[in-house]
Amino acid sequence: MSQTFVLKKGLNIPLAGEAELRVSKTIAPGIVAVQPTDFKGFLPRLLVKEGDPVLCGSPVAADKKNADILLTSPVSGTVKEIVRGEKRKLLAILIESDDKRQCVDFGVKDASKLDAAQVREALLQSGLWPWLIQRPYGILANPEERPRDIFVSTFSTAPLAADAAFCFGSELEAAQAGICALTKLTDGKVYVGLDGNAKASAFAGLKHCELNTFRGPHPAGNVGVQISHIAPICKGDTVWTVSLAGLVAIGKLFTTGKYDVRRKVAVTGPMAVQPSYVEALPGTPMQDLTAFFGNTPAEQLRVISGDALSGTAVGAAGYLGYFDTQVTVLREGTDQELLGWIRPFRFNQYSADRSYFSWLLPKKKYAMSTNLHGGPRAFLMNDGYYAKVLPMDLYPVYLAKACLAGEIEKMEKFGIYEVLPEDLATCEFVDPSKNNIQAMIEQGIDLMLKEMA
Amino acid sequence: MNSNFEKGGKFYWLHSTVDAFETFLHVPGTVTKKGSHVRDSIDLKRILILVVIAAVPAALFGMWNVGYQHGLAIGDSSLNILGNFWYGFLRVLPLYLVSYIVGLGIEFASSQIRGEEVSEGYLVSGFFIPLIVPVDIPLWMLGVAVAFAVIFGKEVFGGTGMNIVNPAILTRAFLFFSYPNYMSGSNCWIHYKPTEQLVDGFTGATPLALDGASAQYGTGFWDLFIGTVPGSVGETSVIAILLGAIILIWTGIASWKIMLSGVLGVLFVGGIGDLAGITTIPCYMQLLYGGFAFGIVFMATDPVTSAQTECGKWIYGFLIGALCMTVRLFNPGYAEGMMLAILLCNVFAPLIDHVVTSTHISRRAKKLKTA
Repeated sequence: MSQTFVLKKGLNIPLAGEAELRVSKTIAPGIVAVQPTDFKGFLPRLLVKEGDPVLCGSPVAADKKNADILLTSPVSGTVKEIVRGEKRKLLAILIESDDKRQCVDFGVKDASKLDAAQVREALLQSGLWPWLIQRPYGILANPEERPRDIFVSTFSTAPLAADAAFCFGSELEAAQAGICALTKLTDGKVYVGLDGNAKASAFAGLKHCELNTFRGPHPAGNVGVQISHIAPICKGDTVWTVSLAGLVAIGKLFTTGKYDVRRKVAVTGPMAVQPSYVEALPGTPMQDLTAFFGNTPAEQLRVISGDALSGTAVGAAGYLGYFDTQVTVLREGTDQELLGWIRPFRFNQYSADRSYFSWLLPKKKYAMSTNLHGGPRAFLMNDGYYAKVLPMDLYPVYLAKACLAGEIEKMEKFGIYEVLPEDLATCEFVDPSKNNIQAMIEQGIDLMLKEMA
Repeated sequence: MNSNFEKGGKFYWLHSTVDAFETFLHVPGTVTKKGSHVRDSIDLKRILILVVIAAVPAALFGMWNVGYQHGLAIGDSSLNILGNFWYGFLRVLPLYLVSYIVGLGIEFASSQIRGEEVSEGYLVSGFFIPLIVPVDIPLWMLGVAVAFAVIFGKEVFGGTGMNIVNPAILTRAFLFFSYPNYMSGSNCWIHYKPTEQLVDGFTGATPLALDGASAQYGTGFWDLFIGTVPGSVGETSVIAILLGAIILIWTGIASWKIMLSGVLGVLFVGGIGDLAGITTIPCYMQLLYGGFAFGIVFMATDPVTSAQTECGKWIYGFLIGALCMTVRLFNPGYAEGMMLAILLCNVFAPLIDHVVTSTHISRRAKKLKTA
């Protein structure tokens, strides 16, 4: 039974620099990075050493807790460098591409005719398993488990997010094969969330799944918000989520027999020169995108893999994150603004609060910088101030405070099972006390993982 | 020069203070380190300065009224509007000086001890305190009361945002219980010098204490609505307070739910009192008397000490209104109940929220089980 959910709460952040719907460059990166740090809950064990030849789809690292979960190389070539950080923590495996795109052949299969064990085996072997994220906690899915349901969101409402229809609208066949594969992994349903803000969703024709439409501002496109409206996660429930990029990659494994995670990536943000799309691989170096950074000195830019709310600041020397389909380029807002807080009008500064006049210009886009616009303070405003940008049935400030206090019972009560940090990003954005609410939730989730293990 | 104030510098012990002045002058160039890379332009300075602006009409009217009431008391109506205002301004200014010097001093020192940035919370409390005390309160008493309220009402809990009761209300409560002679009765509300000759039959009692019968002051609807009656400095003019309420509600800083339910609470209990013959005052007039209007608009809506949940706000506001009326109707010794009603509900707000969130969560859990 498909439903349309109209979400009133939330906030679309009017950030300037939307990517034009064209692919301006196809990047064949000379070096790609496989970063185990992209995967929460993955403890890496190296399977290669420097100088080893790899194919596209060859394993390079395995999970220490479950050796079946592999990370594989997105290109063919040789392992150039193993990058380690403090305490020899494995940060990245750099692979030099030979540009030949030689792939491991996993064999073309009809996903709908496989059984659960075969699908699981195929995903584990190819290195696509890490696309399956377990809720609660947002960690790697456990191959031994069967989740209650699997959820896919086919759109993102994050600021300047890549247009899903443009990126994956031509890959419906793969997406369908992906869904057929996922249905084998659960006894429940595969739920697909459709974009109700667009005129018609490109993914409305998908079969073997339950389609639900979500209309509303950010974070309506977050899969966590969608889950909480369709079938909330209670204590003891386990569900899995897959992003659209992952769904297509899984589908392609069965339709082509290859590990193919190449995708369109939106390069966006107020400081991006001619924001548009590129074709790239996860682990593509940001240096391959320098054309978008213009002449601004690197220290004045913040290069983010992901969106401006929940992405990771990787810097101009970093790499595109495994799950990210977007790069955001912002200006570091280190400038001081004289008497800024008391000026009645600040037309170039956005605020969702009525004490500014942004509401007079609802269409205006703002070239926001990374300035904090204030100093950190204790929570002062009511829970309701935050709840109006969170379309979930929970109390955000109570949850954040429970996480800070590390009280498991209260965290459970206030809904720690239902959220990931990204779901409360809008609350963090509007917070006048400048608390790092996402970090608080993260801290709470880490505590839960430690205590519940 | 700034490097002296950084960690390890000669004047590091002063860094909170320097930082407070620096961020007062300009929005600092701090950038986001964790989480959301872009942030809303709103900060607490902006929110709190708006609360102060909202209270300015009540403060200005209060200063004029001090002069006006003095003129009535000595039977001298020679001063014009500006003259009355100036007279009152000179009387209220020392209250402001004491309130801010004592309060901010403690606030700066405690921020320094905690090693945090100075929070702006006291800018608002310090602006409210002179408005809710009698104009003739001795300054040393005010200083002691402010110190008590800021230290034991706020700083011991961890500063602004962590307090349980509203510091401004606590200041008033401290004065009321420690120095009752200066806080109630008919001698404290109007400023006059001992040497001045008062007019015959003068009484300085507030309309509330007179229970609606006074020959000297008009206590009709309009006198109370405009505020030309004796009382605490900023509490008398309902129209000036309403202007502030409009600003607060429009910007969403204060909750209209608390204000509306507070009004309903007064009308409910006041109506019962009226029907049962306990009082002769019609219940809508109760909204204009005493500190109710100022309290429900500026004090009860303090986001830190009020109920946090939307449903809780309805209960909290209604309780304040109802309690205020209950004290007014059934306590012959003390005519005004607003201060105690707010104080009590501040203490009960966490309990109200606890009940609201628990009910909500268990109801939701039940629904999920059956679904």
